[in-house]
Amino acid sequence: MDSIIAWLQAAIAFGTVILFGCMGEILTERSGNLNLGVPGLMYFGGIASLTGVFLYQNAVQAAIQAQIEAFTATGGAAQDWRPTGMFSLLVQQNASASATQYWDANGVLGIVIALVCGFSAAALGGLLYSFITITLRANQNVTGLTLTIFGTGVANFFGGSLVKLSGGVGQISVATTSQAFRTGLPWLSSQGVIGKVLFSYGFLVYAAVILAILLHLFLFKTRKGLNLRAVGENPATADAAGLSITKHKYLATCLGAGITGLGGVYYVMDYIKGTWANDGTIEKLGWLAVALVIFATWKSVHAIWGAYVFGFLYWAYYYVPKVFPFIQLSRKSSELFNMLPYAVTILVLIVVSLRRKKENQGPGSLGLPYFREER
Amino acid sequence: MKKDKQKSVLAKEPLFRLSRRAQMVWYKAWLIRAVALCIALILSALLIYAITKMNPFKVYGTMLKGAFGDSLFVKRAGHLSLNRTAWTTLRDVMTLLCISVGLAPAFKMRFWNCGAEGQVLVGGIATAGIMIYFGGTLPTPLLFACMAGASLLAGAVWGLIPALFKAKWNTNETLFTLMMNYIAIQLTSYFVAMWENPYGSNTVGVINRDTKIGWLPNFFSSGANNDFMWNVIIVSALTIAMFIYLKKSKQGYEIAVVGESENTAKYAGINVKKVIIRTMLLSGAVCGLAGFIAVSGSSHTISTATAGGRGFTAIIVAWLSKFNTFVMAFASLLIVFLETGANEIASQYNFNTYASKMVEGIILFFIIGCEFFIQYKVHLRVKRDTKEVAD
Repeated sequence: MDSIIAWLQAAIAFGTVILFGCMGEILTERSGNLNLGVPGLMYFGGIASLTGVFLYQNAVQAAIQAQIEAFTATGGAAQDWRPTGMFSLLVQQNASASATQYWDANGVLGIVIALVCGFSAAALGGLLYSFITITLRANQNVTGLTLTIFGTGVANFFGGSLVKLSGGVGQISVATTSQAFRTGLPWLSSQGVIGKVLFSYGFLVYAAVILAILLHLFLFKTRKGLNLRAVGENPATADAAGLSITKHKYLATCLGAGITGLGGVYYVMDYIKGTWANDGTIEKLGWLAVALVIFATWKSVHAIWGAYVFGFLYWAYYYVPKVFPFIQLSRKSSELFNMLPYAVTILVLIVVSLRRKKENQGPGSLGLPYFREER
Repeated sequence: MKKDKQKSVLAKEPLFRLSRRAQMVWYKAWLIRAVALCIALILSALLIYAITKMNPFKVYGTMLKGAFGDSLFVKRAGHLSLNRTAWTTLRDVMTLLCISVGLAPAFKMRFWNCGAEGQVLVGGIATAGIMIYFGGTLPTPLLFACMAGASLLAGAVWGLIPALFKAKWNTNETLFTLMMNYIAIQLTSYFVAMWENPYGSNTVGVINRDTKIGWLPNFFSSGANNDFMWNVIIVSALTIAMFIYLKKSKQGYEIAVVGESENTAKYAGINVKKVIIRTMLLSGAVCGLAGFIAVSGSSHTISTATAGGRGFTAIIVAWLSKFNTFVMAFASLLIVFLETGANEIASQYNFNTYASKMVEGIILFFIIGCEFFIQYKVHLRVKRDTKEVAD
């Protein structure tokens, strides 16, 4: 039973990363832009949030040290020091830490910084993509792939060198903010199985679900959403109806990129606990997010359960032998098990193309450029 | 034209106005590309300066040294020969070029084969498998024929699967081939676990380390070091053959027509499905052969890093070169030079090698972006120019 719970928890945590990526891409693709830069954008989001929080925590930590030193110089004991005035807003108490680390940077502020940095960095990446594909009219696939190469390079370069660049040693870690990210709902998370499975996650897991529902409502129940879908479906018609294609594409792509970037923020801050790993996982997850868009047939509400199914399949190699003791996987066969999410995506891809149901197809002009003069 | 006039009647005239250029003279087009490249190189040098405080003028000197060594040629056993660093760079150029050449026919057909990474890997798996299982038993020429044949076949199958579905049900090939990459990566991990040597290392290790069976041999007898001339010969032959195939053959023409417009191809009596399947067989096979070259001719091992992202880089190389395989050779050289050079700088300053991806990204953005200025003319809003409208 415990393994099943752990499996579900792993699936939901994993699913949240790709759910963010997928929602961003759905918004982008609804405008007709096929952005293959999703892995790159998630990298942008992840590294920007980590950098922002790292600098913030370091600065606050340094200020605390300076104030405590000034305080002890006037004759007070270090543990009697209290933050005063505005500074106390930047500082929180660390319950379990040692005396020197008793005061630490405020985790909630860290969350805000992480979200703002991650979202805006990824949105800037989206802006770059939009500029090259919409204004400079370059091919979308090539631009997206370049964005992925660039994002991979930037993120892993700074992820590996940030500490060195700032003059320190060792691995980068932003434990305080990560802790704040991972705090589950206080009372509910301790309520048995249901509490563990449903309420033990950081707030971004719930934010992702809410955002997915809001995005669906926006796309299918509002006039603006209808306009956006029209742009993606048939830009020439939308143009004739008086909609600005350029504006819609730019906005949808940049906002979508920002949301995709939040996937990177969640991955770095929550999933791997505020550190950095140069193991290429984000890239893999980014492509899975692209795959999930198809799995969800371009509807974000379907992406919610789709993401968890992907997570469930992704962790199958690890939990299947635990839950079913009679199935024992060698390392070889567990590698084959890891194919599952990709194989399922291919299956979905085929089924979607076989059924040819209009509402399950992607936007009509997906991946195609639109230039008014070339109609 | 009409649109332009209508626009100029509007009270608020936009700051920029675009018009399509007819056909730009080739040297002007290349001048624009060269300028874009220079700007990108300067920007990259400034970025490297910002991070390392290395003299920006020295950056590219160091990169050149990292890619081609101190002096390009060394005297070895009385012969003039390329130095080892330059051979390694050349080897990497050839691998990237081979994949790009493989992608060329698919892209010319506007079939987005994003699965080169996977096709290279399955080609590599096939090669490594034959090296391991038939290494001692087959005579050398037959062994090489088997390895090359198996890699071609494996790559072709990997390319065929998405092509069949595309031809039959119009299944989206971009995402299909992308997913096939990950299936191939997992398949590689599976075989790495199966063939791992020594046990528990989770790597295959160098295959036939002592006997060197199944390694592409040295071409020049003088070199005690490895030369990679066979890689150069095979890939050059492919490059030329593919150029002729695409430009001069009937099949190459069919590919071009399908790429321009599937409907036109249908009306002209071309069997589009057949062309799609045939072209993807070819494309996958050549990418599979790149796996053979990577395993037998370069690393002598197989791992998930055998393709190393080159499958994706090759997509950009193939697209930017407008399917001209000779331009691809130049583009591959440029990208490999940047990668090795940036890695040299990174290792001097103890940074990781992702620096090269960053530089590569910047340069690619500029080259992609500059195509716009080759295809379009930008008119600033100075005063109304009626002559422009008339052309």
